[in-house]
Amino acid sequence: MNFPILSTLIFLPLVSSFFILLSKNKTTNVSSISISLFSSVATFFLSLFLWYSLDINTSEFQFVEEKSWINNYIKFKLGIDGISILFIVLTTFITPICIISCINSVKVRVKEFLIAILILETFMIGVFCSLDLVIFYLFFEAGLIPMFLIIGVWGGPRRVYSAFKFFLFTLLGSVLMLVAIIVIYWLTGTTDITQIYEIQIPKEYQNILWLAFLSSFAVKMPMWPVHTWLPDAHVEAPTAGSVILAAILLKMAGYGFLRFSIPMFPLASEYFTPLIYTLSIIAIIYTSLVALMQDDMKKLIAYSSVAHMGYVTLGIFTLTKQGIEGSIYQMISHGLISAALFLCVGVVYDRLHSRMISTYGGLVNYIPKYSFLFLIFALAALGLPGTSGFLGEFLVLAGAFQKSFLAAMLATFGVVLGAAYMLWLTKRVIFGVTNNSEIKKINDINKSEVFMLVTLAFFILFFGFYPLPLMETFNVSVNSLISNYETALITN
Amino acid sequence: MINNLYIMFPEIFLSLSIFFILMVGVFIKKSFNLIFNLTSLIIIVTISIILTNPNNEEKIFLDSFIRDPFSNYFKILILLSTLFVLNSSKNFIIDNKLDKFEYPIIILLSILGMFFMVSSNDLILFYLGLELQSLSLYILASIDRDNLRSTESGVKYFVLSALSSGLLLYGCSLLYGFTGSTNFELIADQLNNENTGAVFAMVFILVGLAFKVSAVPFHMWTPDVYEGAPTSITSYFAVVPKVAGLALLIKFMFVPFSNILLEWQTIVIFISIASMILGAIAAMIQKNLKRLLAYSSIGHIGYALAGVATGAISGYQSSIVYISIYVIMNIGAFSCLYLLKKDGQYKENISDLSGISKKHPLIAVSLLIILFSLAGVPPLGGFFAKFYVFVAVLEKEMYALAIIGLITTVMSAFYYLKIIKTIYFDDSIITFEPTKNRTAQFSVIASCTILITFFLYPSVLNNLVNTLFVS
Repeated sequence: MNFPILSTLIFLPLVSSFFILLSKNKTTNVSSISISLFSSVATFFLSLFLWYSLDINTSEFQFVEEKSWINNYIKFKLGIDGISILFIVLTTFITPICIISCINSVKVRVKEFLIAILILETFMIGVFCSLDLVIFYLFFEAGLIPMFLIIGVWGGPRRVYSAFKFFLFTLLGSVLMLVAIIVIYWLTGTTDITQIYEIQIPKEYQNILWLAFLSSFAVKMPMWPVHTWLPDAHVEAPTAGSVILAAILLKMAGYGFLRFSIPMFPLASEYFTPLIYTLSIIAIIYTSLVALMQDDMKKLIAYSSVAHMGYVTLGIFTLTKQGIEGSIYQMISHGLISAALFLCVGVVYDRLHSRMISTYGGLVNYIPKYSFLFLIFALAALGLPGTSGFLGEFLVLAGAFQKSFLAAMLATFGVVLGAAYMLWLTKRVIFGVTNNSEIKKINDINKSEVFMLVTLAFFILFFGFYPLPLMETFNVSVNSLISNYETALITN
Repeated sequence: MINNLYIMFPEIFLSLSIFFILMVGVFIKKSFNLIFNLTSLIIIVTISIILTNPNNEEKIFLDSFIRDPFSNYFKILILLSTLFVLNSSKNFIIDNKLDKFEYPIIILLSILGMFFMVSSNDLILFYLGLELQSLSLYILASIDRDNLRSTESGVKYFVLSALSSGLLLYGCSLLYGFTGSTNFELIADQLNNENTGAVFAMVFILVGLAFKVSAVPFHMWTPDVYEGAPTSITSYFAVVPKVAGLALLIKFMFVPFSNILLEWQTIVIFISIASMILGAIAAMIQKNLKRLLAYSSIGHIGYALAGVATGAISGYQSSIVYISIYVIMNIGAFSCLYLLKKDGQYKENISDLSGISKKHPLIAVSLLIILFSLAGVPPLGGFFAKFYVFVAVLEKEMYALAIIGLITTVMSAFYYLKIIKTIYFDDSIITFEPTKNRTAQFSVIASCTILITFFLYPSVLNNLVNTLFVS
């Protein structure tokens, strides 16, 4: 493969953001929106082409690009396998939806907003493509800049606090990862992860390095107790920002565990499993309880994200086939569902400028189309069979039962709590009595909103009934991940 | 000896041209513009002289003057940064009625001093160069002589700097007394850690140099001088003497003190950590941009010193890369200050930047890039600067230094974010005049372009710096 298709994929949004910068129309922003929409859809199709041409019968990295970068010892190395392609497609799929959503919700500085989103897309695709620790860190951190601006410039009243908290929490978490990356470099002489997989990192270093990576991923994931930035960031971010944050940025950490923590530090991953179990269970139960008590819809969904990410970490560190496949599935489906839920909140927020649950009630009588879609997403979020949310949770729990009965029991209890807060939310917002007279004047969703929400609903149901396309894609990669992990345990 | 004079051709050319333009200034009235342009020309010619002359190591005047790739690199860095600093501040100088013909001449004199500093291979030449530089800097700090703040900062700088020069000289004399030589290489041969008196001398010299680069705990003058001096002078202070000071520090560690590594390493580690921490904390509460940049420069010197503290060539190289990128960022940051003009006055408070992203999107974006780069966020140039330093630090397994450095990075990110918050999140208050200062705009754009595109070829600077330590 001579054509640098991954670099094209990564830098296409960046280049088009440059064209947006040059485009001139001050009143309507039609040209900026159409350029960004066109480029993001092109990126999406390019990523679909990649998915199509990816050989899923091998766990080798494909479309590998290598270029000497820093002094010939750190390479600019890109490549994808069955796991990363799904995250790339998720990213390129969510981005056009965000751009459509900002037609309705972003009123000021549209051009800058689109530029920020596209630059962010570049960094996000870069994270999932990189096969070098330094490149990974570069993209992982660089995403902070556009996200900081998205929250801070277009956010709600407490945006400054939230943006700072988001930035500083994440930065503090990841500097330790940078130390770990450099230490790995001096230990192994390379930062190319395909080489590090083969060179075993010495036993005595694994635990401390694993913890350094955890500090970054735990913040990004977010895991209890460092999750507190997420509700703030979500509440204040504009709709499109929340969507990207929940659907993609949170997945970087889960992807990081799969790509870096487990294959590079198998012994430490085994050693720290109880810690992850504990944190995941606390996240599932505690944040579900917190979500129950929220008055703010966005905050409720944000806490539910933390709980769902608890399943992901639990599943990954069961280190069983079901657990890991379930986690990946859960991440993809949460990407779709949380995006849809945040868009739903955005829709009513654009109309009544309130996120409070108490503002709403009985929406089903006035905006039935919206209410129907909301119900689908709420049911998907609580894991109803037939939606993609069910499969992920089911597989994670199946994996967990093999390893720890207690953890699985408690996590199952979390499913009940999840149902409780989602159903209660639906009851209060969609059904119930209408106290607010303004709701009677509310308009049902317009064409672009229907388009976004129906597309998401379609995929949520599609992957709920027919998971094979996703499962087949990552099957071989997950198998080799587990077999490498088990060999590493046996040889030591 | 006379056959070898070509070794110091750049210095000779520079001194002769200084005398020449001094005469021009004396005999031609209202000659600021002429002299200013001549100065730029002299700088460019000197750069080309250095570039066209051979680069190999040669010594002259009983081995007291050395020309090698190391000194040439720093000379070019000094000249280039002066060229940018000077030209982007021209409008500022004229607007503030600082357009005395001595201004560029004194700057050239201080450059001459720095040339001798970085080329010195002998305590005496080193001290003479240092004093020539310092004396010129005292005058520059107080060049706005009718302004109370400027005069105050000049006096403050003079008193404290003279004290540190005294310490330095005392250290030099001790060193001579204990080793019997003023030549750097001969001193290196004589020194070992049993020579307690020489270790004493090393401490004095280190204190003097730490003062010149404004490392904690010898940083007290920096915020006051930065704030008090006119911005054009501050931007010069923030960039050029720092480069020369660091070059000298590295030179001292590399040649004369290379045999007492453990002794000075402890001290350098301490001042590095102290600078990083103080720079991060003290800058948080600043309201004046120049004062903030002063504390930020203290912090940055801390990172550069972390590279020196490794005591390894890779560490010195990383510090040189760091200071080079620091120069680019600071030239950009100060050039932005020249664009903030309103009713004939240049604004320098952070609150004046409030909401400029709405009316001046280009200045806002440039500041955004420069500030994120100063904070060390990837993929901008500032990240790579820090990255190389920490690679070098961790190679020597100095984990504590690396972790403290990275945590202070996060702390310092806070105050850079605060400025970005003011620029982007707050409401717009002031509309600045559309600027005619093309050179400042050019400096800002050049600096931003380098910082953004640095990640494409991050090893260009490294490859260059790798060639400096051949001996």
